[in-house]
Amino acid sequence: MNPLLLSAYTVTTCLGRGLDATREALRSGRSGLAPCAFESVQLDTWIGEVAASQGDVLRGAVDAEKLPESLAKYDCRNNRLTQMGLETDGFADRVREAIARYGKTRVGVFLGTSTAGILQTELAYRRRDPETGALPEDFHYRTSHNSFSLVEFTRDYFGLEGMAMAISTACSSSAKVFAAAARQLELGTIDAAIVGGVDTLCLTTLYGFASLQLTSAKPCRPYDAARNGISVGEGAAFALLERCDQPAPGSVLLLGTGESSDAYHMSSPHPEGLGAKMAMAAALRSAGLTAGDIDYINLHGTSTPANDAAEGKAVAALFDKRVPCSSTKGATGHTLGAAGAVEAVICALALRHGFLPGSPGTENVDPAIPVDYLLKSRDGKVSRALTNSFGFGGSNCSLILGVAP
Amino acid sequence: MSRPLTAWIEGIGFLAPGLPDWPTARAVLRGEMPLTATPSVLPAPSLLPPAERRRASRVVKLTLAIGLEAAAHAGADTAKLATVFSASGADGHNCHSICEQLATDDRQISPTRFHNSVHNAAAGYWGIATGAMAPCQVICAYDGSFGAGLIDALGQVVLDHQTTLLIAYDSEYPEPLFAKRPVPDVAGVSLLLTPERSERSLASITVTPSSVSAESLADAALEALRISIPALRALPLLQKLARGEAGEVCLDYLPPMQLKVDIRLC
Repeated sequence: MNPLLLSAYTVTTCLGRGLDATREALRSGRSGLAPCAFESVQLDTWIGEVAASQGDVLRGAVDAEKLPESLAKYDCRNNRLTQMGLETDGFADRVREAIARYGKTRVGVFLGTSTAGILQTELAYRRRDPETGALPEDFHYRTSHNSFSLVEFTRDYFGLEGMAMAISTACSSSAKVFAAAARQLELGTIDAAIVGGVDTLCLTTLYGFASLQLTSAKPCRPYDAARNGISVGEGAAFALLERCDQPAPGSVLLLGTGESSDAYHMSSPHPEGLGAKMAMAAALRSAGLTAGDIDYINLHGTSTPANDAAEGKAVAALFDKRVPCSSTKGATGHTLGAAGAVEAVICALALRHGFLPGSPGTENVDPAIPVDYLLKSRDGKVSRALTNSFGFGGSNCSLILGVAP
Repeated sequence: MSRPLTAWIEGIGFLAPGLPDWPTARAVLRGEMPLTATPSVLPAPSLLPPAERRRASRVVKLTLAIGLEAAAHAGADTAKLATVFSASGADGHNCHSICEQLATDDRQISPTRFHNSVHNAAAGYWGIATGAMAPCQVICAYDGSFGAGLIDALGQVVLDHQTTLLIAYDSEYPEPLFAKRPVPDVAGVSLLLTPERSERSLASITVTPSSVSAESLADAALEALRISIPALRALPLLQKLARGEAGEVCLDYLPPMQLKVDIRLC
């Protein structure tokens, strides 16, 4: 594919709001995970909540975010975090500039999510009419529950009138939006795309992953020999993608995308990491690169025994032990449908600022996984980074980002 | 500098209330037989291994039925096809059960219910059933989901030169969600799209943005299906294909952006 410019990008997770807070946390090895105290959830697990507990790093919690009056019907935790993300690092201003440049029909919206505003539905089910069982009047399915709700909110937030879609492939969702938007940019059906992902904490995922015995009672430890499950997180990350013939030195570029399907099991990865390997190989082909061109891999690294073993085999098969790699989920938690975009932006930070993030929480790298795993962050030039995102249903996506020389 | 979103249709799959397959739908759309108002009938998902077959929901059975019909129509090997699934919602009954249980004191939801709750559940079962390891997209654009799926599928056909199976589908929620999202039944349409014309090609389609109103259907019963089930916003296109009519037809997407489809017959 022709490289695309990330002309703006932003990320908000439990590490903090925006690029500076995220970079500081990643460089210093800080984790944003905390014991679960979300809503009425009673589970012995740790989570990555976007909270107001870190002083002025976070200027207000998600639920303090007020949507504009005209968009009140969209109000739910997921769209509050969407707005919070859009209004971070000046991202919304850059979008408005792009709309002024290209027109409101030529800027597409491609966002990934796994659960959108399902929390709103979970809460509404506690308020059903005792006689009829009906949901309360103030519950709006379309603008909170539906997988498209965050996309429609974003489209309306900017008054856009062009192409838009949500991609919902569980934990690969917001990696795959980069591929879908790249296709349309390459075809010229749009001139710019808002890509990204937003997922927020809800009972379905917390109790759901617990039911599969995939949550850890400790902060997650990706690629650790003693890893025993994930820490569910939440996050919002966005990028503005545009074609660019002559990117300025230091610009961050999307160089390649690769997608595949495991065709194996609904909630377990292919044990040999076959689908993961195919996605990484496809991304290298798409970028016109070989394994030796990659300086850093941001792993999916959920910290479940099965995921890290399978992904590790796939990475080892393609990259041997030559490429430093880490999962940043020990810092952010697993932000599920937002993870692809969150980790693409983490790669952008690594590329732009010359560092390789470490893996908070991980102590003893699993000796059975033969990869060059980074425990501690370190400074170093990164010219090209690959990031993996894999989801339930065997949905795999790898992205390659680079920095313009 | 825009390249046209164009592809050849080699196969069609269809299932809707009173319309169990494409040959029946084709006959009704041609006016050769009336639409009989009966609930959608879902074939057993015989391609799935026993464990997955037991867990297969209505959307899983639906997407297997229409996807396999389109692939068989085209004589295509499902294991080699890229797929684009597009739906306005996931498994409504499963979603209701989870929300209902999470509102009680016993919140230990079943693991199978949880993995079936993802929007891409039907796509995951499709992969297990067919062994297809090619890219698989799963899209939602509320009432514009068919249009969004069509755009992405055509993108893959044109850009990656990849034969792609579009599977657009929807299913119903039980109450109390049904009152908030009254999709009446399961229904879907599947199109096998190829980058080149072959002896099996039925027609070519080229999609461009438009701002005109979507075409409606003269038959009130068919129009009711088009309006009430998002995937069936494709019906005006299918009617032209059924009748062997070339020309333009406008489909609903995300007003004010609609999709003009230019049909050329083979």
